[in-house]
Amino acid sequence: MAIPLTYNLRSLKARWTSTVVAVLGIAGTVGVFVAMLSLARGFKATLVASGSAQNAIVRRAGSTSEMESVVTLDQARVIEDAPGVERGSAGPLVSPEVVVVAPFPLKSTGTDANVQVRGVSPKALSVRNSVRITAGRFFQPGLNELVVGGNVTRSYVGFELGKTVRFGGGSWTVVGVFEAGGSAFDSELWCDAHVLNQVYQRPRNIFQAVTVRLTSPEALTGFKDALTSDPRVTVQVDREVDYYEKQSRQLTTLITVLGAIVAVVMGIGAVFGALNTMYSAVAERSREIATMRALGFGTGSVVMSFVFEALCIAFVGGLLGCVAVLPLNGLTTGAMNWQTFSHLAFAFRVTPSLLGSGLMFALLMGLIGGVPPAIRAARQRVVVALREL
Amino acid sequence: MVRIDGNGDESSLVRVRGLNKTYQRGGEEIHVLQGLNLDVDAGEFVAFMGPSGSGKTTLLNLLGGLDLPSAGSITVAGDEITQMSARKLTAWRARHVGFVFQMYNLIPVLTAYQNVELPLLLTGLSTAERRKHVETALAVVGLADRMHSYPRQLSGGQEQRVGIARAIVADPTFLLCDEPTGDLDRKSADEILDLLARLVREHGKTVLMVTHDPLAADRARVVLHLEKGVLVDAVMAGGAR
Amino acid sequence: MKYRHLIFANLLRKKIRTGLTAGSFAAALFLFGILTVVRGAFHQGVEVAGADRLVVVNKISIIQPLPLSYRDRLLRIPGVTQATFANWFGGVYQDERNFFPQFAIDREGYRQMYPEFVVSDGQWQAFLADREGGMVGEGLAERFKWKLGDRIPIQGTIFPGTWEFNIRGIYRGKRREDDTTQFWFRWDYLDERKAFQKGFVGWYVVRIANPDDGVRVVKAIDEEFANSPWETKTDTEKAFAASWVKQMGNIQFLILTIGGVVFFTLLLVTGNTMAIAVRERVRELAVLKAIGLSDRFVLILVMTETMIVALVGGGIGLALAKLFTLRGDPTRGLLPFFYLPPDAIVLGFVLALAVGLMSGILPAVSAMRLRVVDALRRV
Repeated sequence: MAIPLTYNLRSLKARWTSTVVAVLGIAGTVGVFVAMLSLARGFKATLVASGSAQNAIVRRAGSTSEMESVVTLDQARVIEDAPGVERGSAGPLVSPEVVVVAPFPLKSTGTDANVQVRGVSPKALSVRNSVRITAGRFFQPGLNELVVGGNVTRSYVGFELGKTVRFGGGSWTVVGVFEAGGSAFDSELWCDAHVLNQVYQRPRNIFQAVTVRLTSPEALTGFKDALTSDPRVTVQVDREVDYYEKQSRQLTTLITVLGAIVAVVMGIGAVFGALNTMYSAVAERSREIATMRALGFGTGSVVMSFVFEALCIAFVGGLLGCVAVLPLNGLTTGAMNWQTFSHLAFAFRVTPSLLGSGLMFALLMGLIGGVPPAIRAARQRVVVALREL
Repeated sequence: MVRIDGNGDESSLVRVRGLNKTYQRGGEEIHVLQGLNLDVDAGEFVAFMGPSGSGKTTLLNLLGGLDLPSAGSITVAGDEITQMSARKLTAWRARHVGFVFQMYNLIPVLTAYQNVELPLLLTGLSTAERRKHVETALAVVGLADRMHSYPRQLSGGQEQRVGIARAIVADPTFLLCDEPTGDLDRKSADEILDLLARLVREHGKTVLMVTHDPLAADRARVVLHLEKGVLVDAVMAGGAR
Repeated sequence: MKYRHLIFANLLRKKIRTGLTAGSFAAALFLFGILTVVRGAFHQGVEVAGADRLVVVNKISIIQPLPLSYRDRLLRIPGVTQATFANWFGGVYQDERNFFPQFAIDREGYRQMYPEFVVSDGQWQAFLADREGGMVGEGLAERFKWKLGDRIPIQGTIFPGTWEFNIRGIYRGKRREDDTTQFWFRWDYLDERKAFQKGFVGWYVVRIANPDDGVRVVKAIDEEFANSPWETKTDTEKAFAASWVKQMGNIQFLILTIGGVVFFTLLLVTGNTMAIAVRERVRELAVLKAIGLSDRFVLILVMTETMIVALVGGGIGLALAKLFTLRGDPTRGLLPFFYLPPDAIVLGFVLALAVGLMSGILPAVSAMRLRVVDALRRV
């Protein structure tokens, strides 16, 4: 029969300062762990949300990002006619695009950050159907008009509806605001690609990439084969989600690596704290332990008993850490996407699986912090401990 | 009947032959027990006395299976405990021994009831059955009305009575008491000794007690002295007490 | 110091506990070291920025180029002593993950503009003589095990095609913080081969005679090129680097938060451990007082023990952090400057001692206040 759990729970309460300290140590570690991973996840999710499984990005073969690619108007026409391209009321759903960066002052610091400006085709909303206009309207082709992502209005100075913005040597009017489902597009300015080319004095009818809406996700293979074997174009075709997933890799790697280091080291510190607490508990209660063993409780029971206490501390600590971090969910912060040098706003993403990992991490720490002292408790010489004053 | 010459028969409850116990202390060997013999019948009340360091507690620990001798044998109710594995010994202890300690050794975070119940958790009894035994034990020691108090809420004498209740609750083969009155004032000590004597007289328990206190020893039926590693001087108090 | 036996005896009495507490300090200070290094890596650009250098980029966007003709016009501006230029190449070597910066540089002016990068005259001449010459930093050469004379193929992305270069020189940095992970080749070769933006460079770097003159020269440069098709935005190198860091988000805030959480937790853990230790030793401390050692002695005794644990633990943590940085950048190219400077190490020790002090003070004071009579009576 096991030592009653009441004994363990009451003992934890009796030494409550030590218990609280150990709990806080674990809570802090779990909190930081979950926070950092949710940061990485949030960043990745933002970029991945930008891609649709049904869309493809066509760029010049060999380019690592949109900015480094070149696609001419003629090539764009070839792409339009390829098999698998969805057709809407206005024709094939393709959007030849140009991406540049332009500096604007952040509301938070007042200093400039680079914002991604995307010149798109008027059909862009049909190609990217997760994007919705939430205020105003879409731009009219041929005019210096802008539709801005929700995050841009929120993060930068002077992007309210109706305002005039100067960049690229031209004046633009903000005519609409869109929301793009928490993706990278939320941090972009959209305008007519032709107008952008003009203003930036780029050669006419040269774009960087073409985004295509396919008839179905499976249509990608046919579409891709047709284009890569076509002698008129030298392109690479990627599913949009894959493209964005690769883009996020650098910063995600950095945050994850850093987060892992921090969490492990803090975890070690927390385990040390838990060990200290448990060892002290064992020392303080050595007479009680010896008495129970004298009464006939075996070493197994003693070990289980102390491990249970450690796990209790760990579980409560883990729970506390998770709860503390929960409010971060949805909190937006900003960072630079190193692939495009543009500022990207994204939100912490605290998922249930992350919370689960946090709890498991806590229990692991509890186990490591509980087993050695438990073994020591079980190994004590009963005779000696009984007489200890 | 209590013998120390090693000539008792199998009818004894406790049979000890040639018990040796040696300690290492900083390089030196200390022979605490040297060839000790003992026979104790059921229903006896024996007191062990002797100077400090004579090995009284060591003897008690060996009899209770808390320690193993360097040589010799101990048989209790037919079981040779010196041959048992640690695990078997633990189980044996739960079944056969009731310990009473000088410092009571109650678990501070458990109530009197829960402390007394502890040994019963090692048996297969149901909650209801356990309750019956605990309430009986506490009634015997006269603390039925304090069963939900914590040790810190009890006086020294009351704590020791809880200790005794715990020792008898599982109906063990014998009680081993290590200086049970050592920490008590005269009045409480007397009450405890009365209780122990009553357990022997009315309930037929076997009590082996180590003590410094000559008045405590007086209450026992047999007093044995531990000198130079063996028991000497069996004083039979006869029927006078 | 004659009491050092007493101090060490106490510390070694419960080796595991002392070890664990020291270990907590080590963990916390190791983290402190790593976080300092990461912060330093992000700020490296700001640290190494030349006080007398300005950066001139296209005002519209950093990815837009500037005409080559601007160089002479820049040199004519009062206060400017030198001008050079470069282009970002952004190619891929073998695998996209093998990131390192590649610049097409002005072969005439670049070397004098950056005196912190040192290369022998012989190697530099060889570089000038070879159209396809490449100059690499020693950190980069070390990473890929390149030697002089190796032919390195790089896939162009902005400027398409396979570009091959011969390593003609390996430069090193004067200071520990200087970036030796760069790859330079000749801009005239780039201009020759590229299909577009001919006659255009990425950005200019100018040196000014007097660093205090910076504000005036910045204005003068931007005015010179205002209302032209390629307007400029000029900044001191330091400001340029700093704005880059700002864009990288609230790294500073993140680091401070983590640091705060860690230290607070450490404080709690060690404080509690010290308190427990004092409680256990109540008897002996009382005996010391009974013998005649003063209250103050007991206070200092407990404090000294705490500080020793803090110092030893903290020292181990910082040493481990330093060792970790010697392995180089764990993110493969994102943090080229992975170094723990001496003043950070000193700060680490100070923090460890501060935590030791704060966590030890309460138990030490309670030890000091202990009344012998009470303590010896306690069982």
